[in-house]
Amino acid sequence: MDFDALLMARIQFAFTISFHILFPAFTIGLAGWLAVLEALWLNSGEERYYRLLRFWTPIFALSFGMGVVSGIVLSYEFGTNWSGLTEKAGDILGPLLSYEVMTAFFLEAGFLGIMLFGWARVPRWLHFTATLLVATGTLISAFWILSANSFMQTPAGFRLDDGILRPEDWWAIVFNPSFPYRFIHMVTAAYLTTAFVVAGVGAWYLLERRFEEHARTMLKMSLAMIVILAPLQIAAGDQHGLNVRDHQPAKLAAIEANWKTQAGMPLVLFAIPDMETESNRFEVGIPKLGSLIITHDFNGVVRGLKDFSAADRPNVPIVFWAFRIMVGIGFVMFGVALVAIVLAARRRLYDTRWFLHGLTWAAPLGFIAIIAGWVTAEVGRQPWVIYGQLRTADALSPVPAGNVALSLALFVLVYGVVFGAGFIYIWRSIRRGPLDETAPPGAPPLTRRPMAAVPTEEN
Amino acid sequence: MESQLPLIWAGIIVFSVAMYVILDGYDLGIGILFLFGRDEAERDRMMNSIAPFWDGNETWLVLGGAGLLGAFPVTYSVLLPAVYLPIIVMLMGLIFRGVAFEFRFKAKPRHRKWDLAFCAGSIVATFCQGVVLGAFIQGVEVEGRRFAGGAWDWLTPFSVLTGFALISGYALLGATWIGLRTEGALAGRFRDLIPLALAVVLGFIGTISLWTPLQNPEIAGRWFAWPNVAYLSPVPIMTALTAWGIVSASRTGRPLMPFLLSIILFLLCFLGLGISLFPYAPPPHVTLWEAAASSSSLEFMLFGAAILIPLILGYTALNYRVFWGKEHDGYGH
Repeated sequence: MDFDALLMARIQFAFTISFHILFPAFTIGLAGWLAVLEALWLNSGEERYYRLLRFWTPIFALSFGMGVVSGIVLSYEFGTNWSGLTEKAGDILGPLLSYEVMTAFFLEAGFLGIMLFGWARVPRWLHFTATLLVATGTLISAFWILSANSFMQTPAGFRLDDGILRPEDWWAIVFNPSFPYRFIHMVTAAYLTTAFVVAGVGAWYLLERRFEEHARTMLKMSLAMIVILAPLQIAAGDQHGLNVRDHQPAKLAAIEANWKTQAGMPLVLFAIPDMETESNRFEVGIPKLGSLIITHDFNGVVRGLKDFSAADRPNVPIVFWAFRIMVGIGFVMFGVALVAIVLAARRRLYDTRWFLHGLTWAAPLGFIAIIAGWVTAEVGRQPWVIYGQLRTADALSPVPAGNVALSLALFVLVYGVVFGAGFIYIWRSIRRGPLDETAPPGAPPLTRRPMAAVPTEEN
Repeated sequence: MESQLPLIWAGIIVFSVAMYVILDGYDLGIGILFLFGRDEAERDRMMNSIAPFWDGNETWLVLGGAGLLGAFPVTYSVLLPAVYLPIIVMLMGLIFRGVAFEFRFKAKPRHRKWDLAFCAGSIVATFCQGVVLGAFIQGVEVEGRRFAGGAWDWLTPFSVLTGFALISGYALLGATWIGLRTEGALAGRFRDLIPLALAVVLGFIGTISLWTPLQNPEIAGRWFAWPNVAYLSPVPIMTALTAWGIVSASRTGRPLMPFLLSIILFLLCFLGLGISLFPYAPPPHVTLWEAAASSSSLEFMLFGAAILIPLILGYTALNYRVFWGKEHDGYGH
């Protein structure tokens, strides 16, 4: 197997899926936020909810569109670059992805039109139903794709038949050991990520003294979400960590840069792990804390990397640092939640300028944490594509390195142009703010505009 | 029962691909013909007529891909490496045209670049789909359960021909859709395009129909052996009748008929392909039964498909009902 093609195929998949995950993560959260706003509007009749709904819907539409097109790439990339995986595990991964299409993608696509363009065409209840169904669709999609990913991390419910994974027990396959933890962790991450974006935008408007009524609503709702979810996410992450300890010990050892099996393992805060010498340089750690976190016992025994042959270990520095970035951001989010509680108790939430400045800087944190978390999970799974069953090197398609290089270059170029433009358009929407003055449906519309979910400049 | 499962799944996947070709066919066709819209208002109307539908249309392609992976993993695993570059380039085309829906309105008044991206992306994606179809008909070299051919095997005069053929076919669907969903000068101009597009499509159908048996003796045997030739003879006759119907309906100004008859033309081509290729996936070595997944996989998926696909068709119909009607100038939603 050609190592160059393998490396480039891995870089290509990492690149395309990292870009892709940003959009679903954001749209899972946004769809939920839009459903809540619409419920509040229908229930209270207050126009600020409707304005916010109309302001965030086009941003949702842009992100959703980019999520759709970057996702179609992945469903075919499995075959173009990783036909060894699809040939060996298609019997299992294929049905999971098919269920994702049949239960989620069609549901989202079928009701997205009504959600974006149907304001004046359908009764309010049907519009709200469409929004709810789209939001539900994003969660169902997460369910199936995380089930498929979790199967690759902790395969279960199958038998090996001449190297091919054959399904034995679908319940065990779908609800494989790491799936519930990953699902909760990822969905919470998506809601937190969106909450930080909404909070950042609200804080920015308050600092600029624009749309202050809307900004306060955004800030209040998003911070309430952060206060609830940030601590829950840390608990969910801890539980997920215990699951990794039980099912993927080599990954856990790489996360902790723990080379030898030991009781009372320190928690390594900083180190430069060296895979050649099988040791850490410049290690700074807190004695026994690592064992406490991983085994919930100061003297618990944790397996080290040297228990696994060098060929079965992931890249330790990448996994070690990606994990620390994710966890570091998790604790920053927790800190934001604590400060928000204190400021809210003192009724200073909307005029504490340093906090508002901090929130604008914190807006992209969720995205960084999600990428770091996925790098931890996916690089940590290496050298396996299906943990313990199929090596990544054996999953590569029989295609020449030149083709993989060409497609990788094309993806970098196209994604740079397309998603760069998308980012600029989202940024422009946010900079313009909730300016749209069209009356809520029910009253005759003041202006008519072309059918895009994104308002045009002259509105 | 067990040996029927691969057949049922082949039917479901052919159904998905047919849904895709018809539905995304008309909206890709509008992209192909986008620059025939004379001004911004006309192009707005063209795009508005597909904006609530395109995402659902494209989802049939994802179902075709995922269903193929789940039901026929061997087909999926040998076909996609065989058509590596056309697939990658098709994805690029679909990216550009897909984001153009939102970006174009967002970029106004500087939206010209997204007009071009929408048009070029649609043409490129369609051409690549046609090339993939041609490569599939030609056949794929396989050893065991893996692709064993070269990186450029897909590129032949035949696959290039099928690429251009599909562009003309989608353009026909797009022109009849515009004739159906708009009024006035725009609709009239596109109705006038229909006979020309149809003539090109028929030219391609004729060429491909002659070329396929010529380059593949097995298909030739299948077509021309008695009594098959008697059973198959209605297909070209029905094709000719359908073509005549499209021309006469577009003259008399009944806008729904040309669109529906164009769909029937596509279905007839599908039928012809099915007769030629069955039961290979892909030809010339791999049969449906060899390519199929475990019966457990097929049963598990069939359980979902039997419930969900009718449901999907139901709410897709609801979506079409909500947004049905003529797209007027400057009339939005």
